[in-house]
Amino acid sequence: MLAIETSCDETAAAVVVDGTDVLSSVVSSQVDLHARFGGVVPEIASRAHVELLPPVVAEALVESGLDGGDIDAVAATVGPGLIGSLLVGVAAAKALALVWGVPFVGVNHMEAHLYAAFLEEPTLEPPLVALLVSGGHTMLVAMEDHGAYQVLGSTIDDAAGEAFDKVARFLGLGYPGGPAVDREAGAGDPHAIDFPRALVDQGFDFSFSGLKTAVVNYVRRHPDVSTPDVCASFQEAVVDVLVTKARRAAATTGARNLCLGGGVAANSLLRTRFVEGCEQDGLHPFVPSRSMCTDNAAMVAAAGWWRWRSDGPTPLDAGADPNLRLPQGEAANG
Amino acid sequence: MLILGIETATPQVGCALGAHEGVLASFHAAKGRRHAETLAPAIEFICRQARVDLDDVGAVAADVGPGLFTGLRVGVVTAKALAMALRVPVIGISSLDLLAFPVRWTHRRIVSVVDARRGEVFYGFYRHVPGGVQRVSEHRVASPEELCSEILASGEDCLAVGDGALRYADRLAELIQVEVAEAGLAYPSAGSLVQLAHARALREDFVNSWELAPVYLRKADAEINWHDRIRVRPGADPEP
Ligand SMILES: [Zn+2]
Repeated sequence: MLAIETSCDETAAAVVVDGTDVLSSVVSSQVDLHARFGGVVPEIASRAHVELLPPVVAEALVESGLDGGDIDAVAATVGPGLIGSLLVGVAAAKALALVWGVPFVGVNHMEAHLYAAFLEEPTLEPPLVALLVSGGHTMLVAMEDHGAYQVLGSTIDDAAGEAFDKVARFLGLGYPGGPAVDREAGAGDPHAIDFPRALVDQGFDFSFSGLKTAVVNYVRRHPDVSTPDVCASFQEAVVDVLVTKARRAAATTGARNLCLGGGVAANSLLRTRFVEGCEQDGLHPFVPSRSMCTDNAAMVAAAGWWRWRSDGPTPLDAGADPNLRLPQGEAANG
Repeated sequence: MLILGIETATPQVGCALGAHEGVLASFHAAKGRRHAETLAPAIEFICRQARVDLDDVGAVAADVGPGLFTGLRVGVVTAKALAMALRVPVIGISSLDLLAFPVRWTHRRIVSVVDARRGEVFYGFYRHVPGGVQRVSEHRVASPEELCSEILASGEDCLAVGDGALRYADRLAELIQVEVAEAGLAYPSAGSLVQLAHARALREDFVNSWELAPVYLRKADAEINWHDRIRVRPGADPEP
């Protein structure tokens, strides 16, 4: 299966066999194009996808050692994401499916993040709980079986990655904010400032907007505070909330497997705390490699393969949905 | 040579198959503005009805705009992906050229006008030449008022064609030397696209699929703002 991912600012294509064996995975990041604006600009992202996608697909094919005629299905992310960007990937995927005479498979981006774990750990089995954290999303999902999810909670305001970007921009650390804050935090004291942990003891929803405001107010009141201390304390607060809730979600649902996914899962403190928390609770943690956490097309192929097996091809007249939700409830047979 | 044409620069979605004998099949849908949903099934449909295999296509042509950005991108990336997978070259043709082509027999000046939204139009001037039309101006994006004053300044009788001309027909009608072409000609035709592309193909006037790019004529909003800020505060940090 050839898969395409263009939901945000990464242009990606991959060739994956049976949803598990990655023959190639090519990601072209547009981060430099957006850096001067301090965030992803949708129109610039869409324009870049048109230019970058065909060569990225060509490279994924060459690296896989396969020819177009060897491809059995073409998958593309159909949502959630930036609509203009999604449509570029969907249109290209349908065109390739037409030429090769093979099915088109539309894939949910969040489901793809979940399946990143299966790519790297073939023995992993549902039921499991996944913590998916990125610039656009923060959610806790219970996966009962392939294709059957229950969203336990999600953010009621900013996504965790968004909070990192906003704090980094306020502190003048540039864009993207996640790696910048992570770097600064390494030299800081995580207990220097006691930032609020919103909703930490209530339910599974998240809120990071108050934390961002607390950081801004603290720095305005203490202009001489050390930036590494602010970063370390902010990061500590975010990770504390994320890991506490993920552990509670596993305990509530009785799942033995706890997975991490999404771009923020590249954060080093989150990775460490996540594994430590699981060990304390006797859970099996799964933390994909950093390149599998950030947006890529191999994870789209992994999820697409299961979708194709359970639902068959997606009609060629299907569109993209910027607000696509995870399919809920009953398990599909897969 | 068999040519597949893709036309998505306006609210209309179109595609056609053409060869030396003319247009073999065509499809147009002007309602709904669902380019990504409609285009691939439409291509499949015309191929089946014309009993043509996609593998027989020798070149892919696309309307590269100017026009509506999202639709334009769907068409251009579809053309690029098809051409890449088929290993054939591509031909990009302007939406404004396509609008002028069907009205080429007039001796008046032709102005193709595409609605650019936000109170602006994309336009370009043409005149009749044997076998087609010739561009006599640069393609521009401007207000309808600027278009009107440019027509007035030319002092020539003018036929205005396109959805932009229809949208601002009242203003254009205030100029006595302008006539606005009927609604049936308001969108570029995929049939015209394969005809014009076939003429280009005979001259081997192709590009490789990776060279095909939409003509936006307008910067992305963020870039416009960013450049304005740079101009106002030279050397200043563009970050808010
Ligand atoms: Zn993502």
